[in-house]
Amino acid sequence: MIELVSSLMMVAGIGFYLAGSIGLLRLPDLYSRLHALTKADNLGLGLLAAGLALHSQDVFIALKLLLVWLAVLAASAASAHLIARHAHRKEAGS
Amino acid sequence: MNATSLLVFDGLLLISIVSLAWAALASPDARRSVILFMAFGLVLAVAWGRLLAPNVALAEAAIGAGLSGALLLVAVGEQSKHTPHDGAVPVGKRNALRVRATLQWFITLLCAALAATLAWALLHALDSATNERLAQAVSENLAASGVSNPVTAILLNFRAHDTLLELAVLLTAALGILAIGTARPDYQRAGPVFDGLARWLVPVLILTAGYLLWVGAHAPGGAFQAGATLAAAAVVLRLAGKRIIGLPQAGTLRVILAAGAGMFLVVGLTLLLLGRPFLGYPPAWAGSLILLIESAAMLAIAATLVVAFLGGRSPAAASNDENNRC
Amino acid sequence: MPELLSLAVGGLILSLFLGLLRVLHGPEAGDRMLATQLIGTAGVGLLLLLSASLEQQALVDVALILALLAAVAAAAFTAQQRNARDD
Repeated sequence: MIELVSSLMMVAGIGFYLAGSIGLLRLPDLYSRLHALTKADNLGLGLLAAGLALHSQDVFIALKLLLVWLAVLAASAASAHLIARHAHRKEAGS
Repeated sequence: MNATSLLVFDGLLLISIVSLAWAALASPDARRSVILFMAFGLVLAVAWGRLLAPNVALAEAAIGAGLSGALLLVAVGEQSKHTPHDGAVPVGKRNALRVRATLQWFITLLCAALAATLAWALLHALDSATNERLAQAVSENLAASGVSNPVTAILLNFRAHDTLLELAVLLTAALGILAIGTARPDYQRAGPVFDGLARWLVPVLILTAGYLLWVGAHAPGGAFQAGATLAAAAVVLRLAGKRIIGLPQAGTLRVILAAGAGMFLVVGLTLLLLGRPFLGYPPAWAGSLILLIESAAMLAIAATLVVAFLGGRSPAAASNDENNRC
Repeated sequence: MPELLSLAVGGLILSLFLGLLRVLHGPEAGDRMLATQLIGTAGVGLLLLLSASLEQQALVDVALILALLAAVAAAAFTAQQRNARDD
Protein backbone atom coordinates (compact mmCIF):
# COMPACT_ATOMS: atom_id res chain seq x y z
CA MET A 1 0.00 0.00 0.00
CA ILE A 2 2.72 2.42 1.01
CA GLU A 3 4.68 1.42 -2.07
CA LEU A 4 1.69 2.24 -4.25
CA VAL A 5 1.23 5.70 -2.76
CA SER A 6 4.95 6.34 -2.96
CA SER A 7 5.05 5.28 -6.61
CA LEU A 8 2.07 7.48 -7.48
CA MET A 9 3.66 10.48 -5.82
CA MET A 10 6.93 9.97 -7.64
CA VAL A 11 5.22 9.62 -10.99
CA ALA A 12 3.20 12.77 -10.33
CA GLY A 13 6.39 14.58 -9.32
CA ILE A 14 8.12 13.66 -12.55
CA GLY A 15 5.04 14.74 -14.45
CA PHE A 16 5.23 18.21 -12.89
CA TYR A 17 8.94 18.43 -13.66
CA LEU A 18 8.31 17.63 -17.31
CA ALA A 19 5.45 20.12 -17.44
CA GLY A 20 7.77 22.82 -16.09
CA SER A 21 10.48 22.01 -18.61
CA ILE A 22 8.04 22.04 -21.50
CA GLY A 23 6.84 25.40 -20.25
CA LEU A 24 10.45 26.56 -20.24
CA LEU A 25 10.75 25.74 -23.90
CA ARG A 26 7.38 26.79 -25.19
CA LEU A 27 6.40 29.94 -23.32
CA PRO A 28 7.14 33.22 -25.06
CA ASP A 29 9.22 35.26 -22.66
CA LEU A 30 11.45 35.19 -19.61
CA TYR A 31 8.83 36.14 -17.03
CA SER A 32 6.28 33.52 -17.99
CA ARG A 33 9.03 30.93 -18.17
CA LEU A 34 10.21 31.80 -14.67
CA HIS A 35 6.66 31.60 -13.41
CA ALA A 36 6.01 28.16 -14.90
CA LEU A 37 9.38 26.77 -13.97
CA THR A 38 9.53 27.77 -10.32
CA LYS A 39 6.08 26.57 -9.40
CA ALA A 40 6.06 23.33 -11.36
CA ASP A 41 9.59 22.31 -10.42
CA ASN A 42 9.14 22.92 -6.71
CA LEU A 43 5.90 20.97 -6.60
CA GLY A 44 7.49 18.18 -8.62
CA LEU A 45 10.43 18.01 -6.25
CA GLY A 46 8.09 18.04 -3.25
CA LEU A 47 6.07 15.11 -4.57
CA LEU A 48 9.26 13.28 -5.51
CA ALA A 49 10.74 13.83 -2.05
CA ALA A 50 7.51 12.73 -0.37
CA GLY A 51 7.42 9.59 -2.48
CA LEU A 52 11.05 8.82 -1.66
CA ALA A 53 10.45 9.49 2.03
CA LEU A 54 7.62 6.94 2.05
CA HIS A 55 9.78 4.51 0.10
CA SER A 56 12.69 4.74 2.52
CA GLN A 57 10.56 4.24 5.66
CA ASP A 58 13.21 5.87 7.81
CA VAL A 59 12.36 8.97 9.85
CA PHE A 60 15.84 10.45 9.65
CA ILE A 61 16.00 10.20 5.86
CA ALA A 62 12.46 11.55 5.56
CA LEU A 63 13.44 14.58 7.65
CA LYS A 64 16.51 15.17 5.50
CA LEU A 65 14.41 14.99 2.34
CA LEU A 66 11.98 17.48 3.85
CA LEU A 67 14.89 19.80 4.63
CA VAL A 68 16.16 19.55 1.05
CA TRP A 69 12.72 20.35 -0.32
CA LEU A 70 12.25 23.36 2.00
CA ALA A 71 15.68 24.70 1.05
CA VAL A 72 14.94 24.37 -2.67
CA LEU A 73 11.52 25.96 -2.18
CA ALA A 74 12.76 29.05 -0.38
CA ALA A 75 15.90 29.40 -2.50
CA SER A 76 14.21 29.07 -5.88
CA ALA A 77 11.42 31.47 -4.93
CA ALA A 78 13.98 34.13 -4.07
CA SER A 79 16.13 33.30 -7.11
CA ALA A 80 13.17 33.59 -9.47
CA HIS A 81 12.36 37.03 -8.09
CA LEU A 82 15.98 38.14 -8.33
CA ILE A 83 16.34 36.94 -11.92
CA ALA A 84 13.08 38.59 -12.96
CA ARG A 85 14.02 41.88 -11.32
CA HIS A 86 17.47 41.82 -12.91
CA ALA A 87 15.97 41.23 -16.35
CA HIS A 88 13.38 43.94 -15.81
CA ARG A 89 16.02 46.44 -14.75
CA LYS A 90 18.13 45.63 -17.78
CA GLU A 91 15.14 46.13 -20.05
CA ALA A 92 14.16 49.38 -18.39
CA GLY A 93 17.73 50.70 -18.54
CA SER A 94 18.36 50.07 -22.23
CA MET B 1 18.33 0.30 -11.54
CA ASN B 2 19.18 -2.31 -14.10
CA ALA B 3 22.23 -2.18 -16.30
CA THR B 4 20.64 -0.91 -19.53
CA SER B 5 18.81 1.99 -17.92
CA LEU B 6 22.00 2.92 -16.10
CA LEU B 7 23.83 2.87 -19.42
CA VAL B 8 21.22 5.11 -21.04
CA PHE B 9 21.42 7.45 -18.05
CA ASP B 10 25.20 7.58 -18.29
CA GLY B 11 25.03 8.28 -22.00
CA LEU B 12 22.60 11.15 -21.59
CA LEU B 13 24.63 12.64 -18.73
CA LEU B 14 27.75 12.40 -20.85
CA ILE B 15 26.08 14.19 -23.76
CA SER B 16 24.89 16.96 -21.43
CA ILE B 17 28.32 17.43 -19.86
CA VAL B 18 30.21 17.50 -23.14
CA SER B 19 27.76 19.82 -24.87
CA LEU B 20 27.74 22.23 -21.91
CA ALA B 21 31.53 22.25 -21.80
CA TRP B 22 31.78 22.80 -25.54
CA ALA B 23 29.22 25.60 -25.47
CA ALA B 24 30.94 27.27 -22.52
CA LEU B 25 34.29 27.29 -24.30
CA ALA B 26 32.92 28.20 -27.73
CA SER B 27 30.69 31.07 -26.66
CA PRO B 28 31.89 34.55 -27.62
CA ASP B 29 30.42 36.31 -24.60
CA ALA B 30 32.29 35.86 -21.33
CA ARG B 31 29.22 36.18 -19.11
CA ARG B 32 27.43 33.54 -21.13
CA SER B 33 30.43 31.22 -20.77
CA VAL B 34 30.34 31.59 -17.01
CA ILE B 35 26.65 30.73 -16.78
CA LEU B 36 27.22 27.68 -18.99
CA PHE B 37 30.14 26.74 -16.75
CA MET B 38 27.88 26.92 -13.69
CA ALA B 39 25.35 24.63 -15.37
CA PHE B 40 28.25 22.32 -16.29
CA GLY B 41 29.31 22.18 -12.65
CA LEU B 42 25.80 21.24 -11.54
CA VAL B 43 25.53 18.35 -14.01
CA LEU B 44 29.07 17.24 -13.15
CA ALA B 45 28.09 17.02 -9.47
CA VAL B 46 25.25 14.66 -10.44
CA ALA B 47 27.72 12.61 -12.49
CA TRP B 48 30.07 12.26 -9.51
CA GLY B 49 27.09 11.14 -7.44
CA ARG B 50 26.21 8.51 -10.00
CA LEU B 51 29.84 7.30 -9.97
CA LEU B 52 29.42 6.72 -6.22
CA ALA B 53 31.97 9.39 -5.33
CA PRO B 54 29.97 11.54 -2.87
CA ASN B 55 33.06 13.29 -1.48
CA VAL B 56 33.94 14.63 -4.92
CA ALA B 57 30.28 15.37 -5.66
CA LEU B 58 30.10 17.50 -2.49
CA ALA B 59 33.23 19.38 -3.46
CA GLU B 60 32.02 19.89 -7.03
CA ALA B 61 28.62 21.16 -5.87
CA ALA B 62 30.16 23.54 -3.34
CA ILE B 63 33.17 24.85 -5.24
CA GLY B 64 32.47 24.18 -8.90
CA ALA B 65 28.85 25.18 -9.21
CA GLY B 66 28.36 28.00 -6.74
CA LEU B 67 31.64 29.55 -5.70
CA SER B 68 33.61 29.37 -8.94
CA GLY B 69 30.57 30.73 -10.71
CA ALA B 70 30.41 33.70 -8.34
CA LEU B 71 34.17 34.32 -8.61
CA LEU B 72 34.14 34.16 -12.40
CA LEU B 73 31.07 36.38 -12.67
CA VAL B 74 32.74 39.04 -10.57
CA ALA B 75 35.93 38.79 -12.62
CA VAL B 76 34.05 38.94 -15.91
CA GLY B 77 32.02 41.87 -14.71
CA GLU B 78 35.20 43.88 -14.16
CA GLN B 79 36.69 42.88 -17.47
CA SER B 80 33.76 44.10 -19.51
CA LYS B 81 34.31 47.55 -18.07
CA HIS B 82 37.87 47.69 -19.36
CA THR B 83 37.66 46.30 -22.91
CA PRO B 84 37.27 49.00 -25.56
CA HIS B 85 34.24 48.75 -27.78
CA ASP B 86 35.59 50.23 -31.01
CA GLY B 87 35.63 48.30 -34.27
CA ALA B 88 39.17 48.98 -35.56
CA VAL B 89 41.82 46.48 -34.53
CA PRO B 90 45.20 48.15 -34.00
CA VAL B 91 48.44 46.40 -35.04
CA GLY B 92 49.46 45.53 -31.52
CA LYS B 93 46.12 43.85 -31.00
CA ARG B 94 46.51 41.81 -34.21
CA ASN B 95 49.80 40.39 -32.91
CA ALA B 96 48.13 39.69 -29.61
CA LEU B 97 45.39 37.76 -31.42
CA ARG B 98 47.99 35.68 -33.26
CA VAL B 99 49.75 34.85 -29.99
CA ARG B 100 46.40 33.98 -28.51
CA ALA B 101 45.58 31.54 -31.35
CA THR B 102 48.94 29.79 -30.90
CA LEU B 103 48.35 29.59 -27.17
CA GLN B 104 44.93 28.07 -27.74
CA TRP B 105 46.37 25.33 -29.97
CA PHE B 106 49.11 24.67 -27.44
CA ILE B 107 46.64 24.36 -24.59
CA THR B 108 44.39 22.10 -26.68
CA LEU B 109 47.31 19.75 -27.38
CA LEU B 110 48.30 19.76 -23.70
CA CYS B 111 44.74 18.90 -22.63
CA ALA B 112 44.57 16.10 -25.22
CA ALA B 113 47.86 14.69 -23.93
CA LEU B 114 46.57 14.90 -20.35
CA ALA B 115 43.33 13.15 -21.30
CA ALA B 116 45.29 10.39 -23.06
CA THR B 117 47.50 9.92 -19.99
CA LEU B 118 44.46 9.72 -17.70
CA ALA B 119 42.78 7.20 -20.02
CA TRP B 120 45.91 5.05 -20.03
CA ALA B 121 46.11 5.23 -16.22
CA LEU B 122 42.45 4.28 -15.88
CA LEU B 123 42.78 1.28 -18.21
CA HIS B 124 45.92 0.20 -16.38
CA ALA B 125 44.13 0.47 -13.04
CA LEU B 126 41.15 -1.52 -14.24
CA ASP B 127 43.46 -4.30 -15.41
CA SER B 128 45.48 -4.55 -12.22
CA ALA B 129 44.89 -7.27 -9.68
CA THR B 130 42.70 -6.51 -6.68
CA ASN B 131 45.53 -6.70 -4.16
CA GLU B 132 47.55 -4.10 -6.05
CA ARG B 133 44.81 -1.52 -5.91
CA LEU B 134 44.88 1.49 -3.64
CA ALA B 135 41.42 0.75 -2.26
CA GLN B 136 42.62 -2.59 -0.93
CA ALA B 137 45.58 -1.02 0.88
CA VAL B 138 43.39 1.69 2.36
CA SER B 139 40.72 -0.67 3.63
CA GLU B 140 43.35 -2.84 5.30
CA ASN B 141 44.76 0.10 7.25
CA LEU B 142 41.56 2.05 7.83
CA ALA B 143 41.06 0.86 11.38
CA ALA B 144 44.36 2.36 12.50
CA SER B 145 43.78 5.72 10.84
CA GLY B 146 41.39 7.19 13.40
CA VAL B 147 38.51 7.83 10.99
CA SER B 148 36.20 5.54 9.07
CA ASN B 149 35.77 7.57 5.89
CA PRO B 150 38.50 6.28 3.55
CA VAL B 151 38.83 9.59 1.68
CA THR B 152 39.43 11.52 4.91
CA ALA B 153 41.86 8.82 6.03
CA ILE B 154 43.87 9.26 2.83
CA LEU B 155 43.79 13.05 2.86
CA LEU B 156 44.50 13.62 6.52
CA ASN B 157 46.48 10.59 7.56
CA PHE B 158 48.06 8.39 4.89
CA ARG B 159 48.89 11.31 2.58
CA ALA B 160 48.89 14.10 5.09
CA HIS B 161 52.06 15.63 3.61
CA ASP B 162 50.26 16.23 0.33
CA THR B 163 47.41 18.03 2.08
CA LEU B 164 49.92 20.13 4.00
CA LEU B 165 51.49 21.21 0.73
CA GLU B 166 48.06 21.89 -0.79
CA LEU B 167 47.23 24.19 2.11
CA ALA B 168 50.58 25.91 1.66
CA VAL B 169 49.71 26.50 -1.99
CA LEU B 170 46.37 28.00 -0.94
CA LEU B 171 48.20 30.26 1.49
CA THR B 172 50.53 31.41 -1.26
CA ALA B 173 47.56 32.18 -3.50
CA ALA B 174 45.96 34.19 -0.71
CA LEU B 175 49.19 36.13 -0.19
CA GLY B 176 49.30 36.89 -3.89
CA ILE B 177 45.72 38.16 -3.88
CA LEU B 178 46.33 40.33 -0.83
CA ALA B 179 49.43 41.77 -2.45
CA ILE B 180 47.63 42.73 -5.67
CA GLY B 181 45.66 45.58 -4.22
CA THR B 182 42.48 46.58 -2.55
CA ALA B 183 39.17 44.80 -2.63
CA ARG B 184 36.58 45.19 -5.33
CA PRO B 185 33.81 47.73 -4.74
CA ASP B 186 30.99 46.84 -2.42
CA TYR B 187 27.60 45.69 -3.53
CA GLN B 188 24.38 47.63 -3.33
CA ARG B 189 22.25 47.04 -0.30
CA ALA B 190 19.93 44.12 -0.86
CA GLY B 191 16.25 44.56 -1.53
CA PRO B 192 13.76 42.86 0.76
CA VAL B 193 13.71 39.57 -1.16
CA PHE B 194 17.46 39.08 -1.27
CA ASP B 195 17.71 40.26 2.31
CA GLY B 196 15.15 37.66 3.33
CA LEU B 197 17.07 34.99 1.41
CA ALA B 198 20.35 35.94 3.06
CA ARG B 199 18.77 35.92 6.50
CA TRP B 200 18.14 32.19 6.42
CA LEU B 201 20.69 31.09 3.82
CA VAL B 202 23.75 32.31 5.70
CA PRO B 203 22.98 30.54 9.00
CA VAL B 204 21.98 27.37 7.15
CA LEU B 205 25.22 27.44 5.17
CA ILE B 206 27.27 27.93 8.34
CA LEU B 207 25.47 25.07 10.06
CA THR B 208 25.92 22.85 7.02
CA ALA B 209 29.62 23.65 7.00
CA GLY B 210 29.94 22.55 10.60
CA TYR B 211 27.94 19.43 9.84
CA LEU B 212 30.16 18.54 6.87
CA LEU B 213 33.27 19.04 8.98
CA TRP B 214 31.98 16.78 11.74
CA VAL B 215 30.51 14.11 9.51
CA GLY B 216 33.68 13.92 7.40
CA ALA B 217 35.16 11.46 9.86
CA HIS B 218 32.68 8.71 9.11
CA ALA B 219 30.71 9.78 6.02
CA PRO B 220 31.37 11.87 2.93
CA GLY B 221 32.37 15.36 3.90
CA GLY B 222 35.50 16.97 5.27
CA ALA B 223 37.44 20.19 5.56
CA PHE B 224 37.46 21.20 1.89
CA GLN B 225 33.73 20.87 1.39
CA ALA B 226 33.04 22.55 4.74
CA GLY B 227 35.43 25.40 3.94
CA ALA B 228 33.80 26.02 0.57
CA THR B 229 30.33 26.07 2.16
CA LEU B 230 31.52 28.52 4.80
CA ALA B 231 33.01 30.72 2.08
CA ALA B 232 29.68 30.63 0.25
CA ALA B 233 28.04 32.04 3.39
CA ALA B 234 30.49 34.95 3.47
CA VAL B 235 30.00 35.53 -0.28
CA VAL B 236 26.23 35.77 0.21
CA LEU B 237 26.75 38.32 2.99
CA ARG B 238 28.95 40.42 0.73
CA LEU B 239 26.59 40.14 -2.25
CA ALA B 240 23.78 41.39 -0.04
CA GLY B 241 25.71 44.60 0.48
CA LYS B 242 26.24 44.10 4.15
CA ARG B 243 29.58 44.96 5.66
CA ILE B 244 31.30 41.66 6.28
CA ILE B 245 29.80 41.10 9.69
CA GLY B 246 31.90 38.57 11.49
CA LEU B 247 34.69 38.44 8.92
CA PRO B 248 37.73 39.27 11.03
CA GLN B 249 39.91 42.28 10.50
CA ALA B 250 43.28 42.20 8.79
CA GLY B 251 45.44 40.86 11.61
CA THR B 252 43.13 38.04 12.62
CA LEU B 253 42.42 37.27 8.96
CA ARG B 254 46.12 36.65 8.35
CA VAL B 255 46.29 34.30 11.30
CA ILE B 256 43.28 32.38 10.00
CA LEU B 257 44.73 32.20 6.49
CA ALA B 258 47.91 30.69 7.87
CA ALA B 259 46.08 28.43 10.30
CA GLY B 260 45.55 25.57 7.86
CA ALA B 261 49.16 24.91 7.02
CA GLY B 262 50.11 26.22 10.45
CA MET B 263 48.09 23.68 12.40
CA PHE B 264 49.59 20.88 10.31
CA LEU B 265 53.05 22.16 11.16
CA VAL B 266 52.26 22.55 14.86
CA VAL B 267 50.92 19.00 15.09
CA GLY B 268 53.74 17.58 13.00
CA LEU B 269 56.51 19.33 14.90
CA THR B 270 54.99 18.44 18.26
CA LEU B 271 54.92 14.81 17.20
CA LEU B 272 58.57 15.12 16.11
CA LEU B 273 59.48 16.50 19.52
CA LEU B 274 57.69 13.56 21.12
CA GLY B 275 59.88 11.15 19.16
CA ARG B 276 57.34 10.08 16.51
CA PRO B 277 57.76 10.66 12.77
CA PHE B 278 56.53 13.99 11.34
CA LEU B 279 52.72 13.75 11.14
CA GLY B 280 52.80 10.18 12.36
CA TYR B 281 49.76 10.25 14.61
CA PRO B 282 49.57 7.78 17.50
CA PRO B 283 46.51 5.62 16.66
CA ALA B 284 44.70 6.44 19.89
CA TRP B 285 44.91 10.19 19.21
CA ALA B 286 44.54 10.08 15.43
CA GLY B 287 40.84 10.88 15.32
CA SER B 288 41.11 13.95 17.55
CA LEU B 289 44.22 15.25 15.81
CA ILE B 290 42.55 14.86 12.44
CA LEU B 291 39.52 16.81 13.65
CA LEU B 292 41.77 19.55 15.03
CA ILE B 293 43.68 19.89 11.77
CA GLU B 294 40.49 19.76 9.73
CA SER B 295 38.88 22.54 11.76
CA ALA B 296 41.85 24.83 11.19
CA ALA B 297 41.96 23.83 7.53
CA MET B 298 38.25 24.58 7.09
CA LEU B 299 38.71 28.12 8.41
CA ALA B 300 41.81 28.66 6.28
CA ILE B 301 40.13 27.40 3.10
CA ALA B 302 37.07 29.53 3.74
CA ALA B 303 39.20 32.60 4.40
CA THR B 304 41.23 32.04 1.22
CA LEU B 305 38.13 31.71 -0.93
CA VAL B 306 36.61 34.84 0.62
CA VAL B 307 39.83 36.79 0.03
CA ALA B 308 39.71 35.59 -3.59
CA PHE B 309 36.15 36.85 -3.88
CA LEU B 310 37.00 40.17 -2.28
CA GLY B 311 39.91 40.56 -4.68
CA GLY B 312 42.40 42.08 -2.30
CA ARG B 313 42.84 43.82 1.00
CA SER B 314 39.70 45.41 2.36
CA PRO B 315 39.97 49.22 2.44
CA ALA B 316 40.00 49.38 6.23
CA ALA B 317 43.00 47.07 6.27
CA ALA B 318 44.73 49.06 3.54
CA SER B 319 44.50 52.30 5.48
CA ASN B 320 45.75 50.47 8.57
CA ASP B 321 48.83 49.34 6.66
CA GLU B 322 49.54 52.85 5.49
CA ASN B 323 49.33 54.12 9.03
CA ASN B 324 51.73 51.44 10.20
CA ARG B 325 54.24 52.13 7.48
CA CYS B 326 55.11 55.63 8.63
CA MET C 1 9.98 -0.49 -7.65
CA PRO C 2 13.41 -0.44 -9.24
CA GLU C 3 11.76 -0.08 -12.66
CA LEU C 4 9.83 2.90 -11.35
CA LEU C 5 13.03 4.49 -10.08
CA SER C 6 14.63 3.97 -13.50
CA LEU C 7 11.58 5.52 -15.13
CA ALA C 8 11.70 8.47 -12.76
CA VAL C 9 15.40 8.99 -13.46
CA GLY C 10 14.62 8.86 -17.18
CA GLY C 11 11.92 11.49 -16.78
CA LEU C 12 14.22 13.79 -14.82
CA ILE C 13 17.07 13.54 -17.24
CA LEU C 14 14.64 14.32 -20.05
CA SER C 15 13.69 17.42 -18.05
CA LEU C 16 17.35 18.27 -17.71
CA PHE C 17 17.79 17.91 -21.45
CA LEU C 18 14.92 20.28 -22.15
CA GLY C 19 16.55 22.75 -19.78
CA LEU C 20 19.81 22.21 -21.64
CA LEU C 21 18.13 23.29 -24.86
CA ARG C 22 17.09 26.52 -23.22
CA VAL C 23 20.50 27.16 -21.66
CA LEU C 24 22.23 26.68 -25.01
CA HIS C 25 19.72 28.71 -26.99
CA GLY C 26 19.20 31.77 -24.78
CA PRO C 27 18.52 34.31 -26.07
CA GLU C 28 19.03 36.47 -23.00
CA ALA C 29 21.32 35.93 -20.02
CA GLY C 30 18.26 35.71 -17.79
CA ASP C 31 16.97 32.76 -19.84
CA ARG C 32 20.26 30.94 -19.38
CA MET C 33 20.33 31.64 -15.66
CA LEU C 34 16.76 30.41 -15.39
CA ALA C 35 17.62 27.20 -17.21
CA THR C 36 20.57 26.78 -14.86
CA GLN C 37 18.09 26.89 -11.98
CA LEU C 38 16.11 24.15 -13.71
CA ILE C 39 19.25 22.09 -14.15
CA GLY C 40 19.95 22.63 -10.46
CA THR C 41 16.48 21.50 -9.35
CA ALA C 42 16.53 18.54 -11.74
CA GLY C 43 19.99 17.70 -10.42
CA VAL C 44 18.66 17.74 -6.86
CA GLY C 45 15.85 15.41 -7.90
CA LEU C 46 18.29 13.13 -9.72
CA LEU C 47 20.59 12.96 -6.71
CA LEU C 48 17.67 12.07 -4.43
CA LEU C 49 16.59 9.31 -6.79
CA LEU C 50 20.16 8.03 -7.16
CA SER C 51 20.53 8.00 -3.39
CA ALA C 52 17.52 5.69 -3.18
CA SER C 53 18.41 3.42 -6.07
CA LEU C 54 22.19 3.21 -5.54
CA GLU C 55 21.72 3.01 -1.76
CA GLN C 56 24.08 5.89 -0.98
CA GLN C 57 22.70 8.02 1.80
CA ALA C 58 25.38 10.66 1.36
CA LEU C 59 23.86 11.76 -1.94
CA VAL C 60 21.05 13.45 0.00
CA ASP C 61 23.73 15.68 1.56
CA VAL C 62 25.06 16.43 -1.91
CA ALA C 63 21.52 17.35 -2.99
CA LEU C 64 21.23 19.78 -0.08
CA ILE C 65 24.53 21.47 -0.91
CA LEU C 66 23.54 21.66 -4.58
CA ALA C 67 20.26 23.36 -3.69
CA LEU C 68 21.91 25.92 -1.42
CA LEU C 69 24.76 26.72 -3.76
CA ALA C 70 22.46 27.09 -6.77
CA ALA C 71 20.81 29.91 -4.82
CA VAL C 72 24.22 31.47 -4.23
CA ALA C 73 24.89 31.28 -7.98
CA ALA C 74 21.63 33.09 -8.77
CA ALA C 75 22.46 35.74 -6.16
CA ALA C 76 25.91 36.25 -7.68
CA PHE C 77 24.38 36.66 -11.11
CA THR C 78 21.99 39.38 -10.05
CA ALA C 79 23.88 41.38 -7.44
CA GLN C 80 24.76 44.87 -8.54
CA GLN C 81 27.98 46.51 -7.54
CA ARG C 82 27.89 49.98 -6.08
CA ASN C 83 28.83 52.70 -8.55
CA ALA C 84 28.49 50.13 -11.34
CA ARG C 85 28.03 51.63 -14.76
CA ASP C 86 24.90 50.41 -16.50
CA ASP C 87 26.08 48.08 -19.22
